[in-house]
Amino acid sequence: MQTQTASEFDVAKVRADFPILTQTVNGKPLVYLDNAATSHKPQCVIDTINHFYAAHNSNVHRGVHYLSQLATRELEGARDIVKKFLNAASDKEVIFTKGTTDGINLVAQSYGRKFIKEGEEIIISALEHHANIVPWQMLCEQVGAVLRVIPINDDGELLMEEYEKLLNPKTKFVSVNYVSNALGTINPVKRIIELAHAQDVPVLIDGAQSAPHLKVDVRELDCDFYAFSGHKVCGPTGIGILYGKQHLLEQMPPVQGGGDMIKVVTFEKTTYNDLPYKFEAGTPHIEGGIGLGRAIQYLESVGLDNIAAYEHELLEYATELIGGIPGVRIIGTAKDKASVLSFLINDIHPHDIGTILDQEGIAIRAGHHCAQPVMQRFNVPSTARASFAFYNTKEEIDALANAIHTVIEVFG
Amino acid sequence: MADLSELYQQVILDHNKKPRNFKALETPSITQEGHNPLCGDHITLQLELDGEVVKDVGFQGSGCAISKASSSMMTAAVKGKSKAEVEVMADEFVKMVRGELDPDTEENHLGRLKIFAGVKEFPARVKCAALSWRTVQAAISESHDAVSTE
Ligand SMILES: Cc1ncc(COP(=O)(O)O)c(C=O)c1O
Repeated sequence: MQTQTASEFDVAKVRADFPILTQTVNGKPLVYLDNAATSHKPQCVIDTINHFYAAHNSNVHRGVHYLSQLATRELEGARDIVKKFLNAASDKEVIFTKGTTDGINLVAQSYGRKFIKEGEEIIISALEHHANIVPWQMLCEQVGAVLRVIPINDDGELLMEEYEKLLNPKTKFVSVNYVSNALGTINPVKRIIELAHAQDVPVLIDGAQSAPHLKVDVRELDCDFYAFSGHKVCGPTGIGILYGKQHLLEQMPPVQGGGDMIKVVTFEKTTYNDLPYKFEAGTPHIEGGIGLGRAIQYLESVGLDNIAAYEHELLEYATELIGGIPGVRIIGTAKDKASVLSFLINDIHPHDIGTILDQEGIAIRAGHHCAQPVMQRFNVPSTARASFAFYNTKEEIDALANAIHTVIEVFG
Repeated sequence: MADLSELYQQVILDHNKKPRNFKALETPSITQEGHNPLCGDHITLQLELDGEVVKDVGFQGSGCAISKASSSMMTAAVKGKSKAEVEVMADEFVKMVRGELDPDTEENHLGRLKIFAGVKEFPARVKCAALSWRTVQAAISESHDAVSTE
């Protein structure tokens, strides 16, 4: 696929793939700018899920019959699509989870409980989603480890020199997001990983917000774990991926026991299954996995580089237009950003902003974005957040700007 | 369709801008916390009781315009009222914002508080309007557990 320049990007064509976008909300055309919360689903993904239930429904990995083999082949086909998407070395490294949260918890409870000991340290950052804070706090409580936090500057960028100071012989794990959902900052994860690896410390990358926007090659990044959610990459909810390096996954105990994750069970002893099934106890989210595979194929057909370039253009347009409105203050002004615009208007509470925009058919998020420490750092209870996808348009950003003027009028 | 001007009425905007009784009491009989975890609204409510009667009231905290105006107007409404009267108003107010009581056709003691009736068209904002009333309910009841609208 050739990379188009952003202005050649055929947004009308991709919009036609998303049936939900044609509706009106409160009498106005829907302007969906809450993509960091979840993305919409193209017709091909909806069709794939429908077709699975209409024609292929069966349990996987256990049937000799026709449908079961078909379902198994489809699900394993999806795993292979993900493997190629991430450039993982093997299907064994691609574990189906419920989502990013589930993947991070898996690593904390499996790798963490086995390898991290009392007094040892785990590093996260001040930009994390609660999903990359709480599992580590729980682990710290269980094993007596200590959580250390890389601070950020006023632009919402990680202070790398502080990170270097935090790394020490007691550091046993680093877990950071690639893209911040609250501010949009793109973190220098390659450098973070290099520095950790120099001390033999493994790194998990929370890819919830990078997977939809940036092309990621796990081997090039050299991350040890990478977690993301299906629903943020145009796939279904309740499905996600945990990538892990095979030699690490092999040393890790399963967290859940049950069917599918075993080879032999007797009451004396159970032999666990091979990777990746060791971590996939129970009947999986079959149509979720298949739908995710289809979603990734769809994104690849649009082209992740095209998506990134077009979204960057949207972000620049929005930053200039919205940021230029008197009274608007943008929170998160990192040099390297993905398509998130967090903002405040005068002293108007974001919840009120959200309600007024909703009346105009515009969906944004108002709140702390599951990143309360980020809000505390900027000394605000919450922000309004517009987050863009490749199916958004500049006209929608114009609508947002107009609605912001309405907010300012209402509040005088 | 819900009408914005029903929600953000001038009186509500005015109370948001200049909340009444936005203060800490010197000798409170009761201090009660309330929050709405979804949007981070938080209120600290203080009552000074003279027997059964609310002699003085003050609130502090941060929140959206609806929750702040509701708190402000709640404090103005309960001052001088008995605990029993406050209980009735709180009950009626919460019913009204949920759309379970029509203040124009059903008997009630809400008076000026009727301007919050428009909130029922905005389901996401019912909790914001109800927070201060839930908090005062908890304050005058026996249990003083912090109120959460979740
Ligand atoms: C950066 C980040 N990490 C983790 C998550 C959690 O994802 P999920 O709720 O799909 O598990 C999110 C979702 O908002 C996120 O933005």
